[in-house]
Amino acid sequence: MSILIKGARVIDPANKIDALLDILIEDNKISKVAKNIKAQAENTIDASGKIAAPGIIDMHVHLRQPGREDKETVVTATASAAKGGVTTVLAMPNTNPAMDCAESIELLKGIIKKDAKINVLICGTITKARLGKELSEIAALKKSGAIAISDDGCSVDSDELTLEAFNKAKQSGILTICHSEDKKLSGKGVINLGFNSTRLGLRGISNESEYKRIERDIELAEKAQAPVHIAHVSCRESVEIIAKAKKKGIKVTCETAPHYFSLTEDALLGYDTNMKMNPPLRSKEDLAAIKEGLKDGIIDAIASDHAPHTENEKDIEFERAEFGVIGLETELAVAVTELVHSKILDWGELVERFSVNPARILGIDKGTLSEGKVADIVVISPAEEWQVSKGGLISKSKNCAFLGRTLKGAVDYTICNGKIVYKR
Amino acid sequence: MSWMRKDLLGLEYLTREEIELILDTADSFKEVSTREIKKVPALRGKTAVNLFYEPSTRTRVSFEVAAKRLSADVINIATETSSVRKGETLIDTGKNIQALKADIIIMRHNCSGAANMLARALDISVVNAGDGWHEHPTQALLDIFTLKEKLGKIKGLNVTIVGDIAHSRVARSNIWGLTKLGAKVTVCAPEMLLPVGIEKTGVKTSSNIDEALKNADAVNVLRMQFERDEGAAFPEQLDYFKRFGITGERLAKAKKDIVVMHPGPINRGIEMSSEVADGANSVILEQVTNGIAVRMAVLFLVAQAREAKA
Repeated sequence: MSILIKGARVIDPANKIDALLDILIEDNKISKVAKNIKAQAENTIDASGKIAAPGIIDMHVHLRQPGREDKETVVTATASAAKGGVTTVLAMPNTNPAMDCAESIELLKGIIKKDAKINVLICGTITKARLGKELSEIAALKKSGAIAISDDGCSVDSDELTLEAFNKAKQSGILTICHSEDKKLSGKGVINLGFNSTRLGLRGISNESEYKRIERDIELAEKAQAPVHIAHVSCRESVEIIAKAKKKGIKVTCETAPHYFSLTEDALLGYDTNMKMNPPLRSKEDLAAIKEGLKDGIIDAIASDHAPHTENEKDIEFERAEFGVIGLETELAVAVTELVHSKILDWGELVERFSVNPARILGIDKGTLSEGKVADIVVISPAEEWQVSKGGLISKSKNCAFLGRTLKGAVDYTICNGKIVYKR
Repeated sequence: MSWMRKDLLGLEYLTREEIELILDTADSFKEVSTREIKKVPALRGKTAVNLFYEPSTRTRVSFEVAAKRLSADVINIATETSSVRKGETLIDTGKNIQALKADIIIMRHNCSGAANMLARALDISVVNAGDGWHEHPTQALLDIFTLKEKLGKIKGLNVTIVGDIAHSRVARSNIWGLTKLGAKVTVCAPEMLLPVGIEKTGVKTSSNIDEALKNADAVNVLRMQFERDEGAAFPEQLDYFKRFGITGERLAKAKKDIVVMHPGPINRGIEMSSEVADGANSVILEQVTNGIAVRMAVLFLVAQAREAKA
């Protein structure tokens, strides 16, 4: 199969390209990126006025399969990803069974092989059943194909065990991703601690519960000389701590999610459970610091933390509702609206946060449009406006924080492994 | 002005004019309870449902009396004996009550925001009778009504609220209502029971009850609950009485005519001495009486607003 993308503004920061070019895809690979390619392709995409960029690599996604197929499946999650311009996801391991042994990973690999529309990479757990008590067989996880480990949803409380995990991960050459939260501090909190938690009469989650644990995780990673990636950074102190660690030369990277640079705790004032996630939406000052961190490159990556939940789990009393929101279908448009159109990032910087840096962090050969690479490409109408609606979402769950919002930037085509997996 | 809201969820959401309208309406309903035949036909043919997810006697009975004096039919649902025990969701329960063609749901719930959620899901009126730590608007309205009756006005009054501010819906509703009407409010509690950012509502904070009482025209004494799961963080009962309890000795140093209020039920000897509870400054039983008039006003106004829309 061959595809010719004609006249797109090609954004390929890894190759320092931002120019009007054609892209020829043959045999699933990018065979040529040049002006006026004269070739006969089975599929020609007129991309004048559009942007072509490497597909999004979303390193924080909950597929829910195996175990919670009522929330999401590999079929629905990867279709949702394709619609959002995402060509690779890293599947978080808090499934049932958890991805804590080779058998579970083999099971998921089988499902992916059968059902996935896009590339799905697997994250194993740090500890067995994510209980924080006993380390998983990290070498075995790596051997069966996991490319990272995380107890996402939980932090390993024991310093000793965390240090041991970093040491083992280093030996196995696998990345550790930390959900940095001290539950002794966040307790039963459900929204950001502050005036709004007081007004609403809800228990608060302090910034401290996040940044203190990030501080510890970085300290232990440094001790082990192991790379560490901090998931879903939400507050200003966390950005400062990571900035300092990077300056010191510590191998730390981090991500934030679109809701942390587009929404604040004020979105909670109506007790909308689609605004309930962990970490919680923070203050205006925190949001400004997240944007600043993205601009400075302290925050390496944007990832959705796509967390599907059924309506039964969300359409209930606020404090009883599940934490988390879906994000695969909206992350690009939210970022284009909030970061590019408001001139926080240029297109090249946006593609770095969405594709180049995640590829580097995960150590995968993706995130560029170099000739010869596997063709994972997204074609975008940058100024196209669309309204997020429940009916338009193809994720199995509809717990989206942006319902009703008009966003700028629409995905026209998603090409994964040289095939069109989504067309608007 | 006229009342346009189908629901009463909290005083934070109301304007000063709306609060005054409720108080004025309550004023005109107060007389009904003094009649030989304590009934007016204002809500005849309407059905009010008391939906209580938390045990409560006084608030439920007060609403029931209020609805009956307006000639409404009243149904009481205690969740221990209903299908809620079988796992029915709040919204499903609400929709079922709506399908019975009830007009008003009066709800008490242990989760903050439960009334907001129910009101959004239903077309019929929802009156919040207390949700978690969030709001208890009719309690604050009856406190304010009583205060206004005693002192003639609210604007410019110094009102001290003492007790577990952090976990009190009565405190929050009083703060919103009183500050909107121009009172100067001080909240007094042990440091750990003052919630984050409470001063942003315009109140002063204090952890010294004697100072907080000094210029107070009124003190609203909250019920202390020591059985919460945050138990460990709470001061000992006796220690609390020593540091914050309202006693005759303390009142002797305050303004002579200071009005003493309590939402009930009183823990005698914990937040207040018996001498004060039964003393000349106490208006605690008048609060109970006024609660009926205030709740009659609220039920009447929300029902009328729905009718106006229909």
